[in-house]
Amino acid sequence: MSVARFWRKIPQRYNLVGTRCESCGRHYFPPRSFCPDCRRGGKIVEYRFPGTGKVVTYTVIRSASEQFENITPYVLAIIQLDEGPRLTSQVVAKPDEVAVGTRVRSVFRRIMADGDSGVIHYGTKFVPVK
Amino acid sequence: MRDVAIIGIGCTTFGEKWEASFRDLFVEAGSLALADAELAGEHIDAMYVGNMSAGRFIEQEHIGALIADYAGLSTRHIPSTRVEAACASGGLAFRQAVIAVASGMEDIVVAAGVEKMTDVGTGASVDTLAGAADREWEGFMGATFPGLYAMIATDYMHRYPLTREQLAMVAVKNHRNGAKNPIAQFRSEITLETVLSSALVADPLRLFDCSPITDGAAAVILAPLERAREFTDTPVKVLATAQASDTIALHDRRDISCLDATVVAGERAFAMARLPRGKIDFMEVHDCFTIAEICAIEDLGFCKKGEAGRLTEEGVTALNGDLPVNTSGGLKACGHPVGATGIKQVCEIVQQLRGEAGARQVDGEIGLTHNVGGTGATVVVHILGVT
Repeated sequence: MSVARFWRKIPQRYNLVGTRCESCGRHYFPPRSFCPDCRRGGKIVEYRFPGTGKVVTYTVIRSASEQFENITPYVLAIIQLDEGPRLTSQVVAKPDEVAVGTRVRSVFRRIMADGDSGVIHYGTKFVPVK
Repeated sequence: MRDVAIIGIGCTTFGEKWEASFRDLFVEAGSLALADAELAGEHIDAMYVGNMSAGRFIEQEHIGALIADYAGLSTRHIPSTRVEAACASGGLAFRQAVIAVASGMEDIVVAAGVEKMTDVGTGASVDTLAGAADREWEGFMGATFPGLYAMIATDYMHRYPLTREQLAMVAVKNHRNGAKNPIAQFRSEITLETVLSSALVADPLRLFDCSPITDGAAAVILAPLERAREFTDTPVKVLATAQASDTIALHDRRDISCLDATVVAGERAFAMARLPRGKIDFMEVHDCFTIAEICAIEDLGFCKKGEAGRLTEEGVTALNGDLPVNTSGGLKACGHPVGATGIKQVCEIVQQLRGEAGARQVDGEIGLTHNVGGTGATVVVHILGVT
């Protein structure tokens, strides 16, 4: 991934910056410029998600693409943030510590590197809340 | 709108075809289809080619013109169009060809699909296939394609009474069918134990829950139904063509375990064909993973959510069952050259309807194809029948 492509999403990848529609109260991640429900009647404002939520579904990736081979096995999950939006991320935990419904919170982690000398990409993973 | 018929089919063998190039593959499939229709290249008015990612698999774009050229049609300058919708590219190419003939714009049209996947390593092909999902918000976080379907399986098994054994039975059945198919990549039967003891790829999915990486091509030739008997005694009529889309990311779906695009494309197809589900005699569904066949049977409306595992266990979807599913061996055993799969599904239904399916022949007059792109962001459904 090119530096610019990564860099322009840093607010989202590092800090879960999404949006909220003040007309209907719905939250969006990644951010949207228009509320699909309210359309032109909506008023979109920036919203930083605190990063708490729960696991909707998950898997343990044992065979990964090249950039992720060095961290297998890892837990991949769909997480529903408490405000409603869902996203795909990793849960930093042993497989048997994760189940459907497990409460999680966001943490800042290394995601992958572009080869040995390329850019190191950081982003948001999740950990179970004890 | 004119009625449309299939007048010729051709398909290469599927597998790791080290000796065959991308060009070899589609030339072979196209030649077989032309021979089957007893046509020559100069009769062709237009071509639509399904291909997911020649750009990443063989570093070649501009596939439409390339195929027309190597099919020997460059001096005729026919319109030739590449169609891309990830793993649904073939089904979508077929749909574009049907629309071209139905509209009256073209008469004799080739719908083809081709994918040459083994010229790159496994890691690179896994990464390329992950591009069928949301690269920015799924792939970047380490989602693989098996991983996404595994999350469907986890959600499904949490909510419905599907056993791990029932999931494995989908693979066992499809290998049993593939063993009877001369073009199939895997022509050997497997046992439940084979599936259940194979390596975990993405829990709960194991290696034998997954379709393979495959080279292959398929082509069919379409004509207006009113002209079809000029070329063949056994035309197959296109009774319905339908397509639907959904969110690119799995996490944005209304329901993780239900492919809404399958539900909608299915409803549109049955409405267009003016047929009830009970009239379908057999079907080819998109079993890129075992869980995908379970979801497809349900989401197309052949049973309630949560029941397809039991139907599989009872043998309803087997060759001798009431609703044979994936008589070709499906993506699982026949193989999954992604852009070619949707066309191969049509070839299989046509062979069955003509009574040319050999050891895997089933009875029937109407068949259905179901081709999925990504985790369900595009779904194409066709209903085909004897005339």
